[in-house]
Amino acid sequence: MSIQILMPALSPTMEEGTLAKWNVKEGDTVTSGDVIAEIETDKATMEFEAVDEGVMGKILVAEGTEGVKVNDLIAILLEEGESADDIDSADRSAGAVTETVEPEAEAASTHAAAPAAAKPAADVPSPAAEPDVPEGTTFKSQTVREALRDAMAEEMRRTEDVFLMGEEVAEYQGAYKISQGLLDEFGAKRVIDTPITEHGFTGLAVGAAFGGLNPIVEFMTFNFAMQAIDQIINSAAKTLYMSGGQMGCPIVFRGPNGAAARVGAQHSQDYAAWYASIPGLKVVQPYSAADAKGLLKQAIRDPNPVIFLENEILYGKSFDVPELEDFTIPFGKAKIWREGTDVTLVSWGIGMTYTLEAADALAEMGISAEVIDLRTLRPIDYATVINSVKKTNRCVTVEEGFPVASMSNHIAAHIMAEAFDYLDAPVLSCTGKDVPMPYAANLEKLALTSTQEVIDAVRAVTYK
Amino acid sequence: MATRKAAKKPNASKDDLLQYYEDMLLIRRFEEKAGQLYGMGLIGGFCHLYIGQEAVVVGLEAAAKEGDSRVTSYRDHGHMLACGMDPNGVMAELTGREGGYSRGKGGSMHMFSEEKKFYGGHGIVAAQVPIGAGLAFANKYRGEDTVSFAYFGDGAANQGQVYETYNMAALWDLPVIFVIENNQYAMGTSVQRSTHSPSYWERGAAFGIAGEEVDGMDVLAVKEAGEKAVAHCRAGKGPYILEVKTYRYRGHSMSDPAKYRTREEVQKMREERDPIEAVKSILLTGSHATEDELKDIDKKIKAVVNESAKFAQESPEPALEELWTDIYADELPQEASA
Ligand SMILES: Cc1ncc(C[n+]2csc(CCOP(=O)(O)OP(=O)(O)O)c2C)c(N)n1
Ligand SMILES: [Mg+2]
Repeated sequence: MSIQILMPALSPTMEEGTLAKWNVKEGDTVTSGDVIAEIETDKATMEFEAVDEGVMGKILVAEGTEGVKVNDLIAILLEEGESADDIDSADRSAGAVTETVEPEAEAASTHAAAPAAAKPAADVPSPAAEPDVPEGTTFKSQTVREALRDAMAEEMRRTEDVFLMGEEVAEYQGAYKISQGLLDEFGAKRVIDTPITEHGFTGLAVGAAFGGLNPIVEFMTFNFAMQAIDQIINSAAKTLYMSGGQMGCPIVFRGPNGAAARVGAQHSQDYAAWYASIPGLKVVQPYSAADAKGLLKQAIRDPNPVIFLENEILYGKSFDVPELEDFTIPFGKAKIWREGTDVTLVSWGIGMTYTLEAADALAEMGISAEVIDLRTLRPIDYATVINSVKKTNRCVTVEEGFPVASMSNHIAAHIMAEAFDYLDAPVLSCTGKDVPMPYAANLEKLALTSTQEVIDAVRAVTYK
Repeated sequence: MATRKAAKKPNASKDDLLQYYEDMLLIRRFEEKAGQLYGMGLIGGFCHLYIGQEAVVVGLEAAAKEGDSRVTSYRDHGHMLACGMDPNGVMAELTGREGGYSRGKGGSMHMFSEEKKFYGGHGIVAAQVPIGAGLAFANKYRGEDTVSFAYFGDGAANQGQVYETYNMAALWDLPVIFVIENNQYAMGTSVQRSTHSPSYWERGAAFGIAGEEVDGMDVLAVKEAGEKAVAHCRAGKGPYILEVKTYRYRGHSMSDPAKYRTREEVQKMREERDPIEAVKSILLTGSHATEDELKDIDKKIKAVVNESAKFAQESPEPALEELWTDIYADELPQEASA
């Protein structure tokens, strides 16, 4: 059977082109790889190579013809033993053999079609209503630092597949002493000091996760993870999707994030909003020691890449931690620190210190604030927030991140879409200022949010 | 060190030679077909063909054993076929269909097979290099004697993460073979224009990593070097570098007008150094096979490739719900479930 030569698409966007030149004439023998024609696309002149072997039987589009559509029949090649007379007129109907199953282009995604606001503001129960621990649980006081170490140690005891790597995690016992004692217990095979090579060791850990292990990667701080962000986002977060569900990446990236104290602009950034915008990642930013422990254990068991954002200032703070053999907290479940009726305060991580202080001060002023700690930023417990706003009709968010394209913006937009009719005031946010972190003590203080800012914002939305 | 050439007498049996011929031909014909389907608008976006480089993956797969893993760049069709992945599944991924390896969600640059230990298919130049070392790390951690092949290009060889990886691989004696597929161009930039000292494998010396240069148009030379590299890694001696000198006949991707090199340069390579013609000539001059036997192989391959093209066109596009699946291993994405 003769072979049809069709006008090729020579770039991702080409729809038609000019058949600039034929390099063969009828009767010429063609072998695979020969340049048979030159075709001008919108961008360049391209050589068109033969794929099949044969004799040029008929040229159907003359050189110099402009506007030849992709897939139009331009020539017919004869196979061994055929002659030009064999060319069946039926062959000339362009694209006869190229017919394919055309997708039905209608109905794009139902998700895209339905605007969020059109969804009924259904009464989804607040996950935060469920207690984290059974009744009668006893507690002991621990620092966030100890809780994080215990979480890793318990998970490393559970399975050999979990290991820790990072700069100074082993012999130095951790730059912030989070991995204290782990080298002694688990040995150098499982507690691994890396060279200062964030991009490299992050990629290596991602490969180990593809290979079936459960790495915990400690970044000395998340500022340095910017060197590795390509591996975190392009390799860790997207591969499950790109592989059609075949290849997951069970890995935890953890370390201190956000402002410490007086370390300047390059060591003080909060990356929560960056990572929370990536489908495929989960993002945790705990405040208390109990949450740090329960959520880190959960993160290590999660089959997905988890970004676990700690805070240097919180490391030394003590909280009550449940004395349970195996304490985990599911993702997407906020914690209501105190109930209230006049305003909803939404925060997470270090933002909770300002929020709780402000709630105390507000109580003295006769304003009853409900305080919600999101704990995880992807997934977010929207239901708990929305249910609370429906009750208080006002909301203030509190975080240390930059204000533009922030988590606060996202939460405010969500509340507007889901509970617009319940709002008696705009949602306000207290965030870090829109400036690189200054060094001077007074300016640094000014660059962060503060308890007073939270109080002022609440007074503004409650008109008090 | 001189470029490794195959021993005068082929170090391969007749059956081996026939197998290499068939494996290389499958890649060649598959890629030609992919180019054709691209021309018909059935394959979209970027599509990087492997034509000319077939001896590299076929030679190295001949040196690998069950359980070894491999990872490469976006120029990945040849690697997948060489490690035994199904041509139908690969072609259907190129057309973005449900029957593709990633159910249409990855495309030409992103396919994976847990079963064949093929770990992608990566679109970020050199990102696969530390990942390949991580696979070796996992092998070693579990006490297995398997090795990992991390393939990358001459362009990728100038990325910083390659050298971060060399250092860790050497430091921790990881069983990884760094395969630099030096096809002399990174898109339109020749090695001469990008690289001050063009012998990439020699850079391993700075890290104490052994290596060598190999003639990548000679499948037997590649296999021989691959066996040496694999033995080195399996013996626990740490990583190894193979710089395989090869050549791509086609443009960087389908939309490359290839103005950075002459037609004569390409033609000369095709005529004088073609890896498939080289094996064919050994088979015929050594009377290992007749023209007819080789023709039969050609026919068989053509049928396999045509079948893959048919499958790739008949397989339906993914269901619209697929937009929202496979984002997390355990649940719906938050914006979908919210
Ligand atoms: C980090 C990054 N930079 C740039 C690109 C765009 N790009 C894709 S392939 C390529 C050339 C790579 O050449 P080489 O490593 O020699 O591999 P080859 O294409 O020859 O197989 C470039 C610049 C990319 N995909 N990723
Ligand atoms: Mg190259």
